[in-house]
Order: sequence, then C-alpha cells, then structure tokens
Amino acid sequence: MTVRKNQANLTADEKRRLVAALIELKRTGRYDGFVTTHNAFILGDTDNGERVGHRSPSFLPWHRRFLLEFERALQSVDASVALPYWDWSADRTTRAALWGPDFLGGTGRSVDGRVTDGPFAASTGDWPISVRVDTRTYLRRSLGGSGRQLPTPAEVESVLAMSTYDMAPWNSASDGFRNHLEGWRGVNLHNRVHVWVGGQMGTGVSPNDPVFWLHHAYVDKLWAEWQRRHPDSGYLPLAGTPDVVDRGETMKPWNDSTPADLLDHTRHYTFDTA
Amino acid sequence: MPDPTRRHALRGAAGLAVTAGAFTAVSPSRASAADHHGGPAPAPSPAPFDFDEVYRGRRIQGRPSGGGHHHGAGYAVFVDGVELHVMRNADGTWISVVSHYDPVPSPRAAARAAVEELRGVPLLPFN
Repeated sequence: MTVRKNQANLTADEKRRLVAALIELKRTGRYDGFVTTHNAFILGDTDNGERVGHRSPSFLPWHRRFLLEFERALQSVDASVALPYWDWSADRTTRAALWGPDFLGGTGRSVDGRVTDGPFAASTGDWPISVRVDTRTYLRRSLGGSGRQLPTPAEVESVLAMSTYDMAPWNSASDGFRNHLEGWRGVNLHNRVHVWVGGQMGTGVSPNDPVFWLHHAYVDKLWAEWQRRHPDSGYLPLAGTPDVVDRGETMKPWNDSTPADLLDHTRHYTFDTA
Repeated sequence: MPDPTRRHALRGAAGLAVTAGAFTAVSPSRASAADHHGGPAPAPSPAPFDFDEVYRGRRIQGRPSGGGHHHGAGYAVFVDGVELHVMRNADGTWISVVSHYDPVPSPRAAARAAVEELRGVPLLPFN
C-alpha cells in the first residue's frame, strides 16, 4: 500500500528515488502528457460552461484521479516511490528543505526567474519545459515574489470548518468548502499557493514544476481531513446539474470513474499522519 | 507543444490584421450579426472595453469577440499580436493562461499582468 508522507520527513534516499523517477518520466515524454492534460482543462473549464477539473465541485476528485495516474506512472519507474505532500501552512518559507538543492531546488534568479540549482535546473539538461505558454524552455520560480504569504494554519482551519461541500452556482462564485479550498473565494488556499511559487506554477501549465504534485497531494489530504471531520456531509451535487459533474457521473478525460468512486482514498493510499 | 510553424504563421497573420486596425476588425462581425437577425443594423457604438496601448514596451490590445477559442469569454486579448487566452470569472474578474490563479479586475489588467510575467519574451499562441 502506498503511503504518502510529509515531504519534510523524507529520507535522502526517498528524495533521490522520487527525483530519479520524475526525470525518467520527463525523459520518456510521459511527464509532458500530464502537463498537456492539465492545461487543456484549465483552458476549457468555464464558470458558465462545462467544468470538470477546476472551478467546480469535481475539482477535488478530478485532481485525486490525476494524481493517482501520475503516482502510478512514477511507480512504473520505481515501485517504492509515493507522492509526498507539502504542508505549506507549516513549511512556509523559502528556506524549507523542500527547496534544497538535494530536492526541488530553490527560487529563480531575479533577472529572468530561472531556477539555477537542484535537479530541475535548466543547466542539468534533464528538465526542458516543452509544454509552455511562452518561448522560455527553463523552469522558473519566484518564491514569495507576489508579496503575499502562504496560508496560515488558522486559515486552513477556517476552511476545514465549513460543513457544506459545495453549493450553487457550482463554480468560482460558490460558497462552501470546495471553493474556499480551491481559492476563488474567501481566504483562498490552493490558488494562493500557485501564485506564491510563481513561474510556471502561476500558469495553466503549472505541472511543469514538480512542486505541483506535492501541493496537490496536500490539497487532497485536506479533502480527506474535511471528510473525517464532517461524516454527515458529502460530495455535492447529487444529480441533474447542467455542465457540472454530479456525484455519480463520470469525469473526463478518463470517463470511467465518478466522484463517488473516488471518495475513499484509502483504497489507493494512506497518509503518514491523520 | 504548440506547432511552431504553421499555427504560429497563421496567428501572426491575424495579429497583423489586428495591428492594422482593431475597429475595422470588429465592425464586419457586428454587421453580419445584424444581418443574420434580419433587423436593421444598429448604429455603431463605441466599444467601451476596447483597449490598444503599449505597456512596458509590449503592444496589448483587447476587443470583443465571438465564440470559438474564447470559451464564452466574448473577448480577445493580444500581446504583440499573439492572442492571450483570457477568461472571465463569475464575479466579473479576469484571468489569463499566464496568470491563471490570480484574478484581476479587467482584461486590460490581465494583459498587463501577462506582460509583467513574460518579461519581454514572446507569447506562444494557444491551441
């Protein structure tokens, strides 16, 4: 059984194995397929039209499935690898071990945002940015450059306390847990972290930065924590909602699993802590 | 990865047309829409949200547009003639593919945010 650990507790060997698997997926082109898929949904998901991956109730199950597919790809390279999660409410500075040269590398240089250390720096030749929105082929970051701070534990708590999963109009204007976690409304958790990292993480091709997976693994963990706290609440909407994935409807692009199928993460993995 | 040859060339041509005159590019579609409904063509009115300016050395333009690539945004934004994918949020704020997670108040603000993020490099046309 896969156990997803806090990245702060990974051993040097676990970091090395994860990095090696990421680079192997990149080398074979499989990695870039995930970037392409993500951007297609970023461009296609709209508040007044069909929406599956973002700004809609299925934001959480869609990304759970997306991460499962990615984790299985990593495990096809090295069966010992699991996706770690980044608790950005705890490891909230540029000095966190996450950004060390032995793991994801640090922020970008000021002149052009280029990441210059660690295994994903352009100089390694291992991490060309191929699926892109501009002509830059190197990984970029601007950690904290937006001037806003990462979410605090108190802000996370305020969102976990919300008892309703989601509500009409089931988009970026909705009240409820999902949209406050996604961040179009209220204290803004998930969106703010993308902006804090900057570079490709602020764009539709955000999975170009490997920290995307660690960020979303934590968003996924927060969903599981919300479920534990609100056993009488569940995924909404249940049925008959135009343009939105109801509880029992399949999700694109896989078309073979529903939000209901993905509510129990323990069928696939567990977390190192509750 | 976007096809760097044909698609880029097509977009480049579209960009040149826009550069030649944003208003002339808009007018024919309005006329044809009026014809389609069979009524008299409405008097041309200034499009309040059009913009065409140079920001930090980049030409940014915005104008209403219909359907197609714009997923209902009803609005097209260009940076140096290359279309920037933009989207209107339900609360009236805007994002672009370059600053997707950080809404701003208007398409012009989204274009300016994109220019700041691009730091002088060309935008690639979206698929």
